[in-house]
Amino acid sequence: MAQLRKRVLVYGYGNPGREDDGLGIEMAKMVQVWIDKHELGCMTTDSNYQLNIEDAEKISEWDIVVFIDASKDEDLHEFICKEVEPSDAKVEFTMHAVSPSYVLHLSEKLFNKAPETYVMGIKGYEWDFKEGLTDSAKLNLEQGFQYLTRKLAGWALIKKNLPISMLS
Amino acid sequence: MPKKITIEPVTRVEGHGKVTIKIDDEGNVRESRLHIVEFRGFERFVQGRPYWEAPVLVQRLCGICPVSHHLAAAKALDVIVGAGTGDGLTAVGDKMRRLMHFGQFFQSHVLHFFHLSSPDFLFGINADPAIRNIIGVIDHHKDLAVQGVMMRKYGQEVIFHTAGKKIHGTGAIPGGINKNLSIAERDLLLNGADPLNADKMVEWSVAALAFFKAYHKSNKVLVDTFAEFPSNHLSLVRKDGAMDIYNGVLRAVDTNGKRILDDVDCQDYDKYIEEEVRSWSYMKFPYLKHLGKEKGWYRVGPLARLNVVDFIPTPLAQKEFEEFRSYTHGKPNNMSLHYHWARLIEVLYAAEEIRNLLKDPDLQNDDLVVKGEKLHKGVGVIEAPRGTLFHHYEINDDDQITLANLIVSTTNNNEPMNQAVNHTAKSFMNGQMEITEGMMNAVEVAIRAYDPCLSCATHALGQMPLEMKLVNENDEVIDTKIK
Repeated sequence: MAQLRKRVLVYGYGNPGREDDGLGIEMAKMVQVWIDKHELGCMTTDSNYQLNIEDAEKISEWDIVVFIDASKDEDLHEFICKEVEPSDAKVEFTMHAVSPSYVLHLSEKLFNKAPETYVMGIKGYEWDFKEGLTDSAKLNLEQGFQYLTRKLAGWALIKKNLPISMLS
Repeated sequence: MPKKITIEPVTRVEGHGKVTIKIDDEGNVRESRLHIVEFRGFERFVQGRPYWEAPVLVQRLCGICPVSHHLAAAKALDVIVGAGTGDGLTAVGDKMRRLMHFGQFFQSHVLHFFHLSSPDFLFGINADPAIRNIIGVIDHHKDLAVQGVMMRKYGQEVIFHTAGKKIHGTGAIPGGINKNLSIAERDLLLNGADPLNADKMVEWSVAALAFFKAYHKSNKVLVDTFAEFPSNHLSLVRKDGAMDIYNGVLRAVDTNGKRILDDVDCQDYDKYIEEEVRSWSYMKFPYLKHLGKEKGWYRVGPLARLNVVDFIPTPLAQKEFEEFRSYTHGKPNNMSLHYHWARLIEVLYAAEEIRNLLKDPDLQNDDLVVKGEKLHKGVGVIEAPRGTLFHHYEINDDDQITLANLIVSTTNNNEPMNQAVNHTAKSFMNGQMEITEGMMNAVEVAIRAYDPCLSCATHALGQMPLEMKLVNENDEVIDTKIK
């Protein structure tokens, strides 16, 4: 009996008009190209300036969610990807933009759905009023892309719908 | 020895602000200030760029209300491309922009009320912070929290289908728009599956107002006296005095309702409005020139709009407006917490206007752009959710921007927010030598009523939490708390 396809949402956020703050959006674009190339109908991407409360409803429709954001963490090397636990903690100091763990918490509380959720932070360096990523950020993006697509491939393999070409 | 109490940054408002309250040895509040410690330099950044890039470039300014900047810039550039000063666009151009604007208004106000302010109303500003938050709202009023999420989602969908993209929308261009609304898009927004349709949004908006009014009825003293102080009020109004958040003339009234700015052309705004610089804040202090710095400052935003306009051109919101105005016997309402009441009336107004516009066949027209004789200066003024927003551009013969001046809504409310902080501090902190959670939140509630946006949209992971400092008269920190 065929298993149900596990559905994965990759959600990049940030402001691409603020240099490396566009890392999340750029990653979402690259991943969508990769998804299209491998015809993985069980996955998709989305993007926005920032996360907000309505995203709780959006992620409630998915089994796995990967949030992608830029990171200012000076101790970070290239990128980090970790699983998110639901939390009502005010990770962000503003409530007009909320954190992945907060969105997950809202999803659980409001819609009784808690997808397996990850957040990937990619290290950025410059945040001025310019389009385009810095060269260092591009390198981190590429490293993060390689890591993330391997993870996505793994999720696809579980459901036995992975084209062999995806591993090339 | 006098002490200063510093709250930094302000939670649940946009960006990084700092509140300093100076008290003397007896704990009496001597002075309070809201400092804005961020400098953006955006106006210089756009100089030298081709003018037609401005409506997209300005969205880099803020990821919170990019639509407002997008539309204000487009309106200024309409003037430059010879498309008139607000009434020269085609019907589809004008109405698509209005629909986009109402979508932004709707979702912004909804977020503010349901998820930023409702915890204060439901649980009281002195309630345990462990309860007084949106999670507390969910636990006690889940239906309200779900409504807030779905109303936000609906507003975002309206923006998406009018701006064309979620990020760096391109819907408004100099002289018009680059897309109309397809029949499929119209049907989705007008008659989408429950609850995402126009009728449900109107219904829920009415219910939200009823919720606030019930709270008000039971808490009149707090709602009516909290940060209540006299001020002038400024807003855009339609030429016949109707509420119009997209286009019109500038009008201001004083605290008694007397007109102090009498329906002036937005292109001449700089003849009437001046900005003062103060050494302790990066945010300027606008005022009406002819009244001077001391008497010329004004409020903007929902409360100001309802104090300035003569009527609201949609039936349900008009009925609520009449009740709102009668509460102060037709005089301007100066109660800071009534911003929330006014905001919810505007939510209903936006919902009604969205429904009306979606039924308008002009939205499917194809004549998207008009152009005329090029000018070298253009001013675009709209009512953003938080208040009046000015964009002013000048260009040279090579079509490059040579001057940009933006007065954003929160800047217009700078002095009123400082006044609100001062009034609240005196009410809640006089005689106290220590800050309690309730006192701290009272100051924040006062600021939050104005829904300020201090954001520059860079929000990468690793933001700072709330930090509270106690410093003495010499600005030496004697206590620090992190929330």
